[in-house]
Amino acid sequence: MASLIPEIAYEEVLGELPEVKSDPQSRRLPRIRYWRVIVFFLAGSYFLLPLYAGLRFSFENDAGHFSFYAIEAIPSQTGFSQAFFLSLRLAAVTTVLTMVLMVPTATYVHLKLPRMRRVLDFVTILPIVIPPIVLILGVLHAAPLWLRASPYLLSLVYVILALPFVYRSLDAGLSAIDLKTLVEASRSLGGKWVSTLIHVILPNLRAAMLSATVLTIALVLGEFTMASLDLWSTLPVWIYQFSQKDAHIATAVSMLSLIGTWLLLTLIVSLDRSQSRRMRKRTGTL
Amino acid sequence: MTVTEEKQSVLGTATRFGPSGGAPVELEGLVRTFGQTRALDHFSLSIEPGEFVALLGPSGCGKTTALRVLAGFERIDRGRVFVDGQDLSQVSAQSRDMGMVFQSYSLFPNMNALNNVAYGLRMRGHRTQSRRIKANQLLELVGLADQALKYPHQMSGGQQQRVALARALAIEPRVLLLDEPLSALDAKVRADLREEIRSLQQRLAITTVFVTHDQEEALSMADRVCVMSAGRNEQTATPAALYARPATAFVAEFVGVSTRVPAERTDDEVVVFGQRCLVRSADTASTLGLVDALLRPEDVAIELDPTAKDFVIHMSFFGATTRLVVQVDELPVRVDVRSDVAEEIELGTRVRLKVISRDVLIAPRAGDVLSSPT
Repeated sequence: MASLIPEIAYEEVLGELPEVKSDPQSRRLPRIRYWRVIVFFLAGSYFLLPLYAGLRFSFENDAGHFSFYAIEAIPSQTGFSQAFFLSLRLAAVTTVLTMVLMVPTATYVHLKLPRMRRVLDFVTILPIVIPPIVLILGVLHAAPLWLRASPYLLSLVYVILALPFVYRSLDAGLSAIDLKTLVEASRSLGGKWVSTLIHVILPNLRAAMLSATVLTIALVLGEFTMASLDLWSTLPVWIYQFSQKDAHIATAVSMLSLIGTWLLLTLIVSLDRSQSRRMRKRTGTL
Repeated sequence: MTVTEEKQSVLGTATRFGPSGGAPVELEGLVRTFGQTRALDHFSLSIEPGEFVALLGPSGCGKTTALRVLAGFERIDRGRVFVDGQDLSQVSAQSRDMGMVFQSYSLFPNMNALNNVAYGLRMRGHRTQSRRIKANQLLELVGLADQALKYPHQMSGGQQQRVALARALAIEPRVLLLDEPLSALDAKVRADLREEIRSLQQRLAITTVFVTHDQEEALSMADRVCVMSAGRNEQTATPAALYARPATAFVAEFVGVSTRVPAERTDDEVVVFGQRCLVRSADTASTLGLVDALLRPEDVAIELDPTAKDFVIHMSFFGATTRLVVQVDELPVRVDVRSDVAEEIELGTRVRLKVISRDVLIAPRAGDVLSSPT
């Protein structure tokens, strides 16, 4: 506590200011913690308040009383299950397409065209710069009729939207392993390119691919503009349309979709962790 | 298990597993250019079956490129690669039948040691049971049978390189390629593994090409050493011949320690320190007149002479010998003397230098500078 006493008091009492040996960091520590707490609460409020408002609104009836009616009414609402399963199908197709396109591409660029990484960095960031409305209008104008008639046109466009996140995840994953040496080791042992990809590259890219998958699913389940302009009733479009009929139910669906997405992502991550544990425990499997 | 029992067990395993019988290797006029840089400049080398050849040279001399060309990881602009009489110049890496151990740890992180060793066998379609048996034998061979179920991140660097060696040997390769496999290890592990690799190679009689920039490693392990410079084969010879009879000034200066001393050549003789010596017949420098003589510390002897103008400026104790640095006309010349003789010498002692080698290697004059490390 000596350091908290004003210096003048020391000089008056002892005549000379003694050397303070306490660690200067220990004096600053409470202030850092204090700011940490403030920042934590501010950031937490920023994310949690809208969620709290949404949840509270979901559990209210028109009279403003607590009620489960909005939750209970969801399954019976017209178009909900179609919209829900369409979004899931689009998420699955988009994820598969993105991985099939980007894993070999990113691997090839890392191995054979390392100078192209900067170009790819730039190209994959374009979907963030170009507004989705411009992208979908262009695609709708150029796509053949049979493709425009299919909801999977959206998956093709979502692949482009997912590029910035997917490429960066994979790029980080590939940079974290000694890809060139692993591939050369596999090839010198007789591994063909496909075997090398399946047995060596993909298992070591699992974390990056998982992260890319999570981001892609989250993106597809939340995308509204393109689906709306392509006139497909995906979950976000249905929520928007239904909110004009019953805002409580629409909000309840959006809350559940948010929680559902979290649960899905948690499930994927935990599955990966348990597989990693199994792999480590597995003995003698060749 | 005692050390003897352990050695016998390993030897027994080696006998069960090998010898694989090495294949002859012939590299003919290899040329490889990267942009403006010629990494291999008409590089040629013949390797006998079962021979251990080290490619030695400074950074950027092309030794790793030569190894990668042999492995099939690098294309060549010109030249041909023969293994066992078969032209492999256009054959892909996975079909070349060569085991390789890399400088960086190259074990597959997602597989345990056993699966790493078995990987090559799996790629060759061996059955699970035979893969398991052979992988275990090889792990036993490198002394890591008890580490079979460990993942790379659970093993030390030395253990990882041993597993990598077992993995390379598992496919019974025609040629074993070692790309500076010891450079990432600490000195003690490096020395142990160096002996193990050499011992295994001799027992399995497998043709081996070993890339290193460490001359001690090359000279102590290899049957023959190929010294490379600027993509060319400067000299390929046994370690003893390379040290004692370097063919060029580069080899003399790169392998061991040499001091350039100004000299004057007349026909077959050269005058060094006022003394007439024979010019080494292998010498390629045809220059007459002022040249440099390349002297190893053991090529020179000293005589104590208080009237001499040369004097000792530095002394380093190396055990049985002591290295003196003698100032000769502004030029420091290194001389090895027996340590008991060195006891009579101190800094500033006046000495006279005398060439005691049978002949002297000469090179075109490059200035009065020390041109090799101590």
